[in-house]
Amino acid sequence: MNGFLGALIEAWAEFRVNKARVVLSLVGVGVAVLAMTAVVGVGQIATQAQIEQLEASSGRPATLYVGNPYNPVTGQPADGAKVAPVVAALAERYGIRYVAESSWLNAQVQTPNGVQGGDGRGVDVPYGEMHRIALAEGHWFTDRDADRLMPAIVINDYLWRQLGSPPLSSHPTVTLLTDRTIQAAVIGVQPGSPYESYPRFFILNSAWQAVQPTPAAMNGGTSWEFWVPTAISDELTARIKSEVSAALGDGWQVDVNRNDYLAWGSSDPLGPLRLVLLGVAGLVLLLGALGLVNISLVTVRQRIREIGIRRAFGATASRVFLAVMLESVVATVVAGAIGVVLAILLVRNDFVMQYIAPGVTDPPPFPAEAALVGFLAATGVGALAGLLPALIAVRVKVIDAIRY
Amino acid sequence: MTLLRLEQVARSVDLPDGSRLEILRGIDLVVDAGEHVSVVGRSGSGKSTLLNLLGLIDSPSSGRILFDEEPVESMPGSRRDRSRGRDVGFVFQQFNLLPGRTATENVVTPLLYAGGQQFWRRRRLAIEMLDRVGLGHRLDSTPDKLSGGEQQRVAIARALVRRPRLILADEPTGALDVETGMSVMRLLDEVATSTGAALITITHDPNIAAMASRRYRLEDGVLQTLLPAAGGIAR
Repeated sequence: MNGFLGALIEAWAEFRVNKARVVLSLVGVGVAVLAMTAVVGVGQIATQAQIEQLEASSGRPATLYVGNPYNPVTGQPADGAKVAPVVAALAERYGIRYVAESSWLNAQVQTPNGVQGGDGRGVDVPYGEMHRIALAEGHWFTDRDADRLMPAIVINDYLWRQLGSPPLSSHPTVTLLTDRTIQAAVIGVQPGSPYESYPRFFILNSAWQAVQPTPAAMNGGTSWEFWVPTAISDELTARIKSEVSAALGDGWQVDVNRNDYLAWGSSDPLGPLRLVLLGVAGLVLLLGALGLVNISLVTVRQRIREIGIRRAFGATASRVFLAVMLESVVATVVAGAIGVVLAILLVRNDFVMQYIAPGVTDPPPFPAEAALVGFLAATGVGALAGLLPALIAVRVKVIDAIRY
Repeated sequence: MTLLRLEQVARSVDLPDGSRLEILRGIDLVVDAGEHVSVVGRSGSGKSTLLNLLGLIDSPSSGRILFDEEPVESMPGSRRDRSRGRDVGFVFQQFNLLPGRTATENVVTPLLYAGGQQFWRRRRLAIEMLDRVGLGHRLDSTPDKLSGGEQQRVAIARALVRRPRLILADEPTGALDVETGMSVMRLLDEVATSTGAALITITHDPNIAAMASRRYRLEDGVLQTLLPAAGGIAR
């Protein structure tokens, strides 16, 4: 205990006495750890951003997509009203909370600048959670929105701007045109790309059917999505297919597929990106380590007399080894800690976050894994960089060292 | 009580041309606790080699060295290192203070290798020892801010702070002027006497050697006994 503490005190004294040299030698390690931690951190946040984008478009793993069954001979779609009860029964039987029906709607939008065609989609409440829909203003649908006399609507930023960006507290409305005129109350605004130049909106299926009961208003593009645990997704795929087929009878084609990004291949599609980022980070750290080893070797040769003096006053070879190793480790741990802190400040900076992960709904905290990797890398580099000088220090002959 | 005993000690080294150089031959020496012994000799006579053997830094080519009647060659390296740190204090000609460290930090250095109370009370012990050698007012001075005499006094404090039983002084006044050298030697002798440590001074200066109660001359690797000089400090 005393030995280790003593070695630590010696290491700290060496660090303190040779501040300038030590700091200069550690700049490389600090920058390398900063780079490595930042790269790992940015990589994870960018990965999260990419995952969220993928999940927004095709659902979270595992999302089972049930297309509207159709007659393969005539191409005619099945009556959604026959499929919906089967879907509801399946969800209840398997305890699946996240099930959503979605339909493309045939409606135009009245704006102050005239009537415009738009992408309208009828959805169920869970759809927002399943597709990570984030809103710039207002809120997503709740079950209570189904009971409104005037249907609630979530519009895109483009349409909101067309309306003059009214505050939602003023209860703005949108006029939809089908074979009739429908007023809808805006409850949320979805941020869109600056390049988006057409209206988009979501409306609850139940609310839509209440105000627009004629099927002609739909273009037939109805589908259902189940968000289920990945482990049972294959089993459920087969079940859903067989039960929907049984409910419709012969002559209908029922397609059930996994649509999320994890189903695209057996391996993680982001794996190669991660490997490249880690490779770059590792290379940066290696360069920093080589610089440190170089300086440590020169330094230990300059300290031969000092090592000899310490040996004369009772320092054992193992103690000298430990002290020289600890000098390196203490210094790199300090440099690593600074590098990690700087990396966190850099990566969590709003400007950087906006750049690397715009629109992320679940911004991950700075990955603990990245901080840990940076810290361990700094300690490891310190130990490796200290090993060679420590071995040289142990081989110093006291007599020669004192005369050095 | 015998602290150190050398029996027919010889030290030789192999030269690059294959020949062998005999540095020390047939050395017999007994040093008792609290004794002051001096060894004089010209440059190249083997003084430093003898000092390294006495300080457990080097091993003899033949013969035996016994510390506390225990053969040194039978001690494992780490135990010998620890014994050196505990029982032997060195004062070097060139002071060999650690650069950049204060006087206190230099004196603390040997205590970092000690255990128990000496380790935990290291700073207080160092300050007490510096006070004792008259440097209580220079505790925070680094070697480059100290005169030669002051540096040697720091070195003496460092050699004595672990209360060694043997102090080895290698040309302790070699880098000092005559007056400062005599003052430093008196201090070394006084502190060694008060702590009961044996003092072996290796020097080429007969005046310094004369301060010892027992004197030797080293010539061509052979240790010869001299008579005590008049005016030597009685112990």
